[in-house]
Amino acid sequence: MNLTLKVWRQKNRSAAGEFATYQARDIIPDMSFLEMLDVVNEEILAQGHEPFAFDSDCREGICGACSLVINGIPHGGNKGVTACQLHMRHFHDGQTITIEPWRASAFPVDRDLITDRTAFDRIIASGGFISAHTGGAPDGNALPVSKPDADKAMDAAACIGCGACVAACKNASAMLFVAAKVSHLGLLPQGQAERYDRVVKMVETMDNEGFGNCTVTGACEAVCPKEISLEFIGRLNRDYLVGSLKK
Amino acid sequence: MNLDAKIPSGPLEKKWDKHRLDMKLVNPANKRKFEVIVVGTGLAGAGAAASMAELGYGVKAFCYQDSPRRAHSIAAQGGINAAKNYQNDGDSVYRLFLDTLKGGDFRAREANVYRLAQVSVNIIDQCVAQGVPFAREYSGMLANRSFGGAQVSRTFYARGQTGQQLLLGAYQALERQIGLGKVKMFPRTEMLDLVLVDGHAKGIVVRDLVTGEISSHAADAVILATGGYSNVFYLSTSAKGCNVTAIWRAYKRGAAMANPCYTQIHPTCIPVSGDHQSKLTLMSESLRNDGRVWVPKAKGDKRPAHDIPETERDYFLERKYPSYGNLAPRDISSRAAKEACDDGRGVGPGGLGVYLDFADSVKRLGETGIREKYDNLFAMYETITGENAYKQPMRIYPAVHYTMGGLWVDYNLQSNIPGLFVLGEANFSDHGANRLGASALMQGLADGYFIAPYTLGNYFATNKIPRPTVGHPEFKRVGDEVNARTKKFLSIKGKRSTTSFHRELGKLMWNNCGMARTKASLETNLRDIPALREEFWKNLNVLGETNSLNQSLEQAGRVADFLEFGELLSRDALLREESCGGHFRSEYQTPDGEAQRDDDHFAHVSAWEYQGENQTPVMHKEPLVYEEIKMSQRSYK
Ligand SMILES: Cc1cc2nc3c(=O)[nH]c(=O)nc-3n(C[C@H](O)[C@H](O)[C@H](O)COP(=O)(O)OP(=O)(O)OC[C@H]3O[C@@H](n4cnc5c(N)ncnc54)[C@H](O)[C@@H]3O)c2cc1C
Ligand code: FES
Repeated sequence: MNLTLKVWRQKNRSAAGEFATYQARDIIPDMSFLEMLDVVNEEILAQGHEPFAFDSDCREGICGACSLVINGIPHGGNKGVTACQLHMRHFHDGQTITIEPWRASAFPVDRDLITDRTAFDRIIASGGFISAHTGGAPDGNALPVSKPDADKAMDAAACIGCGACVAACKNASAMLFVAAKVSHLGLLPQGQAERYDRVVKMVETMDNEGFGNCTVTGACEAVCPKEISLEFIGRLNRDYLVGSLKK
Repeated sequence: MNLDAKIPSGPLEKKWDKHRLDMKLVNPANKRKFEVIVVGTGLAGAGAAASMAELGYGVKAFCYQDSPRRAHSIAAQGGINAAKNYQNDGDSVYRLFLDTLKGGDFRAREANVYRLAQVSVNIIDQCVAQGVPFAREYSGMLANRSFGGAQVSRTFYARGQTGQQLLLGAYQALERQIGLGKVKMFPRTEMLDLVLVDGHAKGIVVRDLVTGEISSHAADAVILATGGYSNVFYLSTSAKGCNVTAIWRAYKRGAAMANPCYTQIHPTCIPVSGDHQSKLTLMSESLRNDGRVWVPKAKGDKRPAHDIPETERDYFLERKYPSYGNLAPRDISSRAAKEACDDGRGVGPGGLGVYLDFADSVKRLGETGIREKYDNLFAMYETITGENAYKQPMRIYPAVHYTMGGLWVDYNLQSNIPGLFVLGEANFSDHGANRLGASALMQGLADGYFIAPYTLGNYFATNKIPRPTVGHPEFKRVGDEVNARTKKFLSIKGKRSTTSFHRELGKLMWNNCGMARTKASLETNLRDIPALREEFWKNLNVLGETNSLNQSLEQAGRVADFLEFGELLSRDALLREESCGGHFRSEYQTPDGEAQRDDDHFAHVSAWEYQGENQTPVMHKEPLVYEEIKMSQRSYK
């Protein structure tokens, strides 16, 4: 099939950006979306122009590097998949596709479709961990964890830190990302000692990094490639309340 | 070249304890004065960086992704081994040691492997303490599954996302140290060279991938934990960015490259669908716990799977290896699949596939039972192929997956360059000629959490060399070389893209140095790779500038290194005139087609020493001396 792409191009953080139009020719349905972009980029290069830059690494939906807004929807709107796992069989001949970077002031654009998401790392650095020095840990089975708790913690821990939740939110809030980590660690017995301190610090950093407020519209849950549930935000709010009262 | 492995004396079980006692310590107040550079933030790098910082050392950590959390370890699916014997099924440190050594076809060092098995138990404890959400039984106890090459259940897992969860544990420990100001993190920063001062590794030259700025960093020691080199084959299960650059540049500065020809082909990957393919996707080996591998008995049988009656199916792994069945080790399973396809019995497009069938397990456990264990893998399979594997068997084919070779290191994980330590997949240390499933995660974390923090301390305590500043002339010299090379890519202005060269190299590697290698095919590579490299430097097309985010430029640097490395890999494969593990030389096989080792001539590590541009490198041998066990012919029958 043949497609028309409108791709966001921006030289660097301070430059103004604009859409450029490219043709994607002879695309086959088994290609992944990123493989389609590779094909187009090879053609752009062959014509003597600089290819557009986009992030990707694992290309199997787990590293969280790929970060494209496709036709207005982060990761393209196929439930539970990242852009790298989106396949061309979901598009049709003659379609026009717009491709943009994440849009959020906490994620500045470094070039074309690439943004700087280090704000997420700083949120984790402020409290998204269990302080367990290497060495001296008790036997792994010394502390039983009920299967439902372990499973639920795993549901939350599945977050890949891609930032689609922020890109989808009209307030560019990072609540779902923070809630996932707070819930993952807060559901486990090992995470109890720092539970309330953790949530307060992480929320504070989130605010300082320029992410917006959560108004629970659920746009984040809808685009999350790992289908992280909105209910974790409820958990965060409860823990946050307790945490701020303790302060 | 000094290849003293520095294996401690004494009985095998006591070596590591004894060594830990013998090593010199740095007192807590002095640790602060030492700085260490850690390149790579996968399990090995993040584990080491966090642990070293916790001890009080100053750490600078580097990765090419935008966040340390995205290192390729994130993609590991199936699990991590540990000799906990929680299942009471006869496991022990000694058994894990034996399985790993045998799995590696007796081409790894005994003492290293034993230590790995020993610390495996601490790893699980550490990860649980960090909050890694391992799978649990209803009792609340940790759950286990089996993996290839073992008859006990010793694999710990977190759904199909074990690597992700272990890495997040290490990443969070690392971020904690970053928050405390103990680690300075440099994401989107690529190491492009190693700097030696007076023969010791004292720093690196890097390029900031956003601004393009090239700069130097000095330290008291350098750790490389930069992962494997599977992408020399272009198509592999590795992430797109995985590369050989860091260890290759270290090699060119004098570090020995060991056993580069030991590469692993994983039996269960989704088959290639066309020329556009940019990478291959693994279907975790854990699936072989419940899936049965088969092809039609008749050649060219094109009926859909469910129309082929039981009696006309060949469950070839169960037939050939009854005691291990579908859980035969990777090298053996891959070759058996290739044989079936070469025999004209492959399935799917081009006949390059075999079935992995879950019908029996669905009958036994119900669809929910299977869903609980593997749902994300089935979903991934459906996303990529558009097929539902609960209803029809998966189609799988072998693909390049892991590289056992890497920089040579001694028992301390120190290379032959003092002060240069190499951890994780980037070193050659523990897997011999074939790695067993769920053992890479174990090794990465063992190296990072439990070995390097001790052995680096010993290096600092016994080598009192002042840390140079980046003003030292060596930094200037190496920095200038890196700058010149970077500019060179842009000055060629040829016609071919980096990708086209990479693809062509990948084809040469896969066809001539893949699952089966011969003298003739390897000699073809030694002729064709240099020719391709020559064309690369004449006809490469990279646009843009050096001082901006330029992905084509990044890629060109990596492919240039692969074009040199691929030749060394082929040369190593040519010289190893035996078959062992993942290295299968068609000339050397037993009458029933198994790998034929030659212990009299090849029970050694091949360590290559660089001799200069376009000079033939020199191979040195480290003999493999087994004190504890006897090398034997592997049998999984
Ligand atoms: C799909 C898949 C599934 C797997 N499943 C399993 C499994 O179930 N069990 C198991 O035990 N093993 C598994 N493995 C193998 C295992 O994941 C890897 O061997 C292991 O994670 C490697 O860890 P590492 O820390 O050595 O390197 P990596 O995790 O690869 O990290 C490399 C790091 O180095 C950095 N880097 C590289 N080059 C440079 C440079 N030049 N400059 C700066 N930084 C650089 C990267 O940014 C990254 O941070 C799997 C592998 C794959 C591909
Ligand atoms: S590239 Fe890793 S999640 Fe898409």
